[in-house]
Amino acid sequence: MPFLPHTRAEEETMLKTIGVSSVDELFGDIPRELCLDRPLQLPLGLSEKEAWEEVERLAQKNKHTGQYLCFRGAGAYEHYQPKAVKHLLARSEFYTAYTPYQPEISQGTLQAIFEYQTSICELTGMGVANASHYDGATALAEAALMAVEATGRSKIAVSSLVHPEYRETLKTYLFRRGVEIIELPYQEGLTAVDELAGVLTNDVAAVIIQSPNFWGSIEDLAQFAELIHQQGGLLIACCDPLALGVLASPGELGADIAVGEGQSLGLPLSFGGPYLGFMACQEKYVRRLPGRIVGKTVDRLGREGFVLTLQAREQHIRREKAGSNICSNQSLCALAAAIYLALLGPQGLEEVGRQCWQKSHYAKELLAELPGVSLPFAAPFFQEFVVQTAEAPALINQRLWEAGILGGLDLGRYYPELENYLLLCVTEMRTKEEIEQLVEVWGGVSGGKTHF
Amino acid sequence: MVEKLIFEKSVSGRRGHYLPPLDVPACSVQEAIPAKLRRKKTPVLPQLTEVEVVRHYTRLSSLNYGVDTGFYPLGSCTMKYNPKINEDVANLAGFSQIHPDQPAESVQGALELMVKLQQYLAEIAGMDAFTLQPAAGAHGELTGLLLIRAYHAAQGEQQRDKVLIPDSAHGTNPATASLAGCQIIQIPSNGQGEVDLVALKRVVGKDTAALMLTNPNTLGLFETQIAEIAAIVHEAGGLLYYDGANMNAIMGYARPGDMGFDVVHFNLHKTFSTPHGGGGPGSGPVGVKRKLEPFLPKPVIIYDRQKQRYRFDGERPQSIGRVKAFYGNFGVLVKAFTYILMLGGKGLKEASEKAVLNANYLLKLLSQDYEQPFAGLCKHEFIVTPPKTKEGGIRTLDVAKRLLDYGFHPPTVYFPLIVAEALMIEPTETENKSTLDAFAAVMARIAQEAEENPEILHQAPHQTPLSRLDETQAARRPVLRWKAD
Ligand SMILES: Cc1ncc(COP(=O)(O)O)c(C=O)c1O
Repeated sequence: MPFLPHTRAEEETMLKTIGVSSVDELFGDIPRELCLDRPLQLPLGLSEKEAWEEVERLAQKNKHTGQYLCFRGAGAYEHYQPKAVKHLLARSEFYTAYTPYQPEISQGTLQAIFEYQTSICELTGMGVANASHYDGATALAEAALMAVEATGRSKIAVSSLVHPEYRETLKTYLFRRGVEIIELPYQEGLTAVDELAGVLTNDVAAVIIQSPNFWGSIEDLAQFAELIHQQGGLLIACCDPLALGVLASPGELGADIAVGEGQSLGLPLSFGGPYLGFMACQEKYVRRLPGRIVGKTVDRLGREGFVLTLQAREQHIRREKAGSNICSNQSLCALAAAIYLALLGPQGLEEVGRQCWQKSHYAKELLAELPGVSLPFAAPFFQEFVVQTAEAPALINQRLWEAGILGGLDLGRYYPELENYLLLCVTEMRTKEEIEQLVEVWGGVSGGKTHF
Repeated sequence: MVEKLIFEKSVSGRRGHYLPPLDVPACSVQEAIPAKLRRKKTPVLPQLTEVEVVRHYTRLSSLNYGVDTGFYPLGSCTMKYNPKINEDVANLAGFSQIHPDQPAESVQGALELMVKLQQYLAEIAGMDAFTLQPAAGAHGELTGLLLIRAYHAAQGEQQRDKVLIPDSAHGTNPATASLAGCQIIQIPSNGQGEVDLVALKRVVGKDTAALMLTNPNTLGLFETQIAEIAAIVHEAGGLLYYDGANMNAIMGYARPGDMGFDVVHFNLHKTFSTPHGGGGPGSGPVGVKRKLEPFLPKPVIIYDRQKQRYRFDGERPQSIGRVKAFYGNFGVLVKAFTYILMLGGKGLKEASEKAVLNANYLLKLLSQDYEQPFAGLCKHEFIVTPPKTKEGGIRTLDVAKRLLDYGFHPPTVYFPLIVAEALMIEPTETENKSTLDAFAAVMARIAQEAEENPEILHQAPHQTPLSRLDETQAARRPVLRWKAD
């Protein structure tokens, strides 16, 4: 059997030492009537070669971004992953370790996470960051619970331009906690700030704004910070850390908690996971921040080192009084992000952001020239933007897909009132030629070159 | 610090990665982004060349200890060997480079893998349906309790908000119950380390939502009265939740579904070898009995027999909703799927058999020098405590730190809470007899050192890059990030 070392002779010696005559005796404590009296109905067990071929067969049934041109984002972004990221993640001292409970033999993970926390604080303009959360959606949901606990209030206001799947996750998390969710309407591609007066009252724990929002537009976070702070509530900003190389940080704009999806920092698309939830907050809320946090300390000889700290917040100490139940997080994904940021540095990150900006704006301008295509919103955007079409989105996307292009997201799926609206994404990955190809196939000028 | 911080190695102007030149007409971002939205203060990020970055992380990695480094008997965590093929399958372009929002017909392989994995897990658990959405064990627990609450609510029994949890339970169980808006009632363990039925009967009732149980429990003991426990809880109208952290003990031998559990989660990063990643990503799929299926998180993934294709199904009016964006930690699912393919039903059973064999063998060896709070055989893990010495006893922490000097990862310490000075040891099935013998020999030697030279234990570790770290100071004066002076 693969991975099992026992020889017959060893097994016999071991049984003898234990003082039993057979392995079955070791399972004698399981009541007879509960024992499974048949073999598990599972595959028979394959050699590595056969397993590889079977799994590869499944992989080959999927179309990957090496085979088509991706113009879709909506919460998962195709960016370039420098080769060194994958190579460093493949160090098995990192990936075969558990959570660093024994700091003396875990300084690698601990220091890398301390550095990751530093980079997240720098990007978000926050005082502290945790070691990671499951993903952007769950980080957002737990940030809302954090705000509820911090303020003792029981309402959360969330922009309708927060990622729809994040809002669904938020709902799932808050429902049984009796927290009321108020959805804020949109206007001109942005959260409608004018309609907040009667909504952001002094029983609202926090307002949640995503920027760039789900439609790609950049929100004026400062305005929301001011409004909610007047009422004694918190601003939770949900952002794309990659955009923070060019956009003002949530901290600068007055956010109290910053969360979001870190997949854009060097993590592959991977069909939606594993990704990286990041969570950061103003220092005064640190004892409510969920999850692992790495801190600096000294050893017995006074040398500096790192440990998991402020554990009195966590489930293994506080049990039912803990603010969160999180135990395992997405540590290796945080490591990937840290490595990505170290490779790019501030200039590289700014340049990626700038290219995303420029290329998406170039695409927008070309598309707007097509008959039947218009730009419904004037708000500044980062790498995603909405176009309105005369033709049905399904038809456009069908045409694109046949030419090897994944087009925009049909916003009608999440916003039934939006008929014929597409959300497009253009990252630094797309070349000028590819953007022009999108426009040509879209406009029906050419069939494009088929990638499949 | 053994290695300087990456920020301290940074030199302004260096760079580790370059982009292709911009090939579209440049518009000035400075002008394009309104001033109030623009970043003013450049973030302080490391500035290094690629080789400097590579050396930094390679050197950091050498300060770590993983399963590939050596024996890692961390109880409750199932630190078995992580087959190398796992890393390669997850990196296949057909998996790692697919967007979560591609047309379903372009991800049929991914969906097929997920549906098959759901079926395999259901068979192993004795459950009817699975969701793969939860990202870790604790996330699975939350999903499970929300399912249970939705089920009760659908029966018109909203009042069921008490969750019964044994005092030996992992911290995530009570924390999860709170997160799900429930109150916790703790059930004491009896003299055998199992759930005390008298105490259980006293507290079950009309307000019981569920009992959460790990079986084998965190003492490594099979709850022999599980059928009765299930009957008591079910008769009172409650449901049973199975924390699958310890599933490695009983695969192919017994199934939570047959024991009476209604909801289970598995930890793919434990039982199914995916690895743990130094703290994640994991994956915590949740399985349910038929009556709870309508409440599973949306969307579910199904095989459409008529159309002969796999697809998402979001038409689930009774669903508890999403617990995460997209569909789960997919890359981790690919690894667990591959592992199950390689072992097959027979191999999984043999893995459990050898995990239990190894644990009992090691327990026998250690019981010569260490105290065994609960006599008898164990399943895949067991608890011992340090021996009494003339000094009055050594602390578990000292034993753990001294093990570092001998090149072993220590067991889980101070858990479960019901045993003072617990050392929780889980060797797993992938360790050979020589390793177990060597570990036992070192443990015996530490017991002897405790008698003869306890100071060497108090001062341990002596051989690691850093000596014992001061956790009290870390918490008292938190330094949680680097700052430029
Ligand atoms: C018994 C038990 N339950 C639950 C958990 C939580 O699992 P995870 O870390 O995957 O969230 C653990 C993990 O240590 C555990 O040992």
